[in-house]
Amino acid sequence: MSEMRSDPRRRRFLVAASAAVGAVGGISIAIPFVISMLPSARARAAGAPVEIDISQLEPGMMITQEWRGQPVWVVNRTPEMMAQLSKNVALLRDPDSAESDQPVYCKNANRSMAEHPNNLVVVGICTHLGCTPLNRSKMGNVEGMSDDWPGGFFCPCHGSKYDMSARVFKGVPAPVNLSIPPHSYLSGTRLLIGEDKKGA
Amino acid sequence: MKEPTGLLGWVDARFPLMSVWREHLAEYYTPKNFNFWYYFGSLALLVLVIQIVTGIFLTMYYKPDARFAFASVEFIMRDVDYGWLIRYMHSTGASMFFVVVYLHMLRGMLYGSYQKPRELIWLLGMAIFLCLMAEAFFGYLLPWGQMSYWGAQVIVSLIDALSPPLALWIRGDYVIADATLNRFFAFHVIALPLILVILVFLHIVALHAVGSNNPDGIEIKKYKDPNTGIPLDGIPFHPYYTVKDIMGTVGFLIVYFGIIFFAPEMDGYFLEDNNFIPADPMKTPPHIAPVWYFTPYYAILRAVPQKQLGVIAMGLAVGIFFLLPWLDRGRVKSIRYRGNLFKIALGLFLVSFVTLGYMGTQDPNLWYVNPVSRICALVYFSFFIFMPIYTKLDKTKPVPERVTG
Repeated sequence: MSEMRSDPRRRRFLVAASAAVGAVGGISIAIPFVISMLPSARARAAGAPVEIDISQLEPGMMITQEWRGQPVWVVNRTPEMMAQLSKNVALLRDPDSAESDQPVYCKNANRSMAEHPNNLVVVGICTHLGCTPLNRSKMGNVEGMSDDWPGGFFCPCHGSKYDMSARVFKGVPAPVNLSIPPHSYLSGTRLLIGEDKKGA
Repeated sequence: MKEPTGLLGWVDARFPLMSVWREHLAEYYTPKNFNFWYYFGSLALLVLVIQIVTGIFLTMYYKPDARFAFASVEFIMRDVDYGWLIRYMHSTGASMFFVVVYLHMLRGMLYGSYQKPRELIWLLGMAIFLCLMAEAFFGYLLPWGQMSYWGAQVIVSLIDALSPPLALWIRGDYVIADATLNRFFAFHVIALPLILVILVFLHIVALHAVGSNNPDGIEIKKYKDPNTGIPLDGIPFHPYYTVKDIMGTVGFLIVYFGIIFFAPEMDGYFLEDNNFIPADPMKTPPHIAPVWYFTPYYAILRAVPQKQLGVIAMGLAVGIFFLLPWLDRGRVKSIRYRGNLFKIALGLFLVSFVTLGYMGTQDPNLWYVNPVSRICALVYFSFFIFMPIYTKLDKTKPVPERVTG
């Protein structure tokens, strides 16, 4: 043993090669552990699209559907509400929804699909700090809002206000409009939340 | 050795980093003649780390509640990504822990590693072994399957045989129930692992204070280089034995993952079939046996035809190991230089231990189970009881002054 001289170059190579193999092994075993902390198959299944029947949804009514653990509102807006939308533009922070989150087919003043423009489908979570706003769809000082209230949604946490297209008003803490989830119509009365129209 | 600078120097000025590195690795001199048997200490440490890491990840999804426990384990197996891998790493790790610890203990017996001056290392090691048995027992209840339930029922009934109020206190209910599951979870995930880690630390501190034994059973500190004071037969732990232990780790991981991927239940020895059925307090499975690592002691329990005495015999079978350093009157440590008496005694002991282990898995109604278990139990205890006599009478061979091979 004593007469054998060590070759530093070979030794460096062996140390580097062993360390590299060890690192590959360490990373390989770390990956399953890290991935195991992502949502489980059960949680992913809970994130699947949900189908709802809107045949009973009269004009002016709103229903709330849970999707991925979040409230999704479906509002059947009356012609008066629709007429009010264009009058709000000057009061809004992002009237064209340029900064806001919605599918392409809802990036319009109504923030709804062309085939059912009166139906608003929106995630009911305030873009400020995640509270659920209240429905204040009646105009004026009817539900505790001011006399000039044009109808919409009001977040009780920090006072953010949105109109009937869920567009945020100026001068409130919320930065952008409420999010519109991907959705599509399976038929005239059956709405699928969480999935775009097939082939769309 | 030159003084470290930079960040290392900053830390070293405030923490004994380099001196610990030197004393326990780079300048910890270890006998140069370690063989295959010396893998199992470092492997036990590796398995401990694996069990702690996989255990932490299992705890993220496991629910210690009698209503949800079984389903949460199945949830881990089916719905959590790689949950099956983590769970099988943990369940296989439990069995592999006992494989390496039993071999580690046998190494100590082969080379007399428990003898003076290493008695305290042996005692701490035995404390680790007891802790490990308790850890395995508590852990086995958690999946809340039929074997979990009835295994715990039987073991707690052993305590009940000695002291009913104590058994009641341990269970926290009149039967094995939600309260029992919840407290076993607490013991399994925090109380015992903490004690285990502390004991392992003390075991290594004690080892490094006196230095390792070796297959020749002689003290390398006897012959030191007059200039450096380094034992002539010693080599630094790092890099020599770190590299050797990496080799052992590679071999171990091949076997370990082979089991995980191809035979995680090991035909019912590592995970019993009945444990895939949810616990049912109304119905005992027809054949109930503990996991393989407890079967030698379980066979001794069954071999004694009286309840309290059986429990006592089982306790003594484990406890008597603590006395080993004082029962052995031999002056020679290694089996290489021991006489035939010790070799025969150790051989018979090993045969009886393995046979007891097998009998513990067998149906007690088979005609041979009880007679064979009784004979083996006698051999088992005779090994210890007569040890002071045969080790003293034994004709030993001369021991070399310096390590061989």
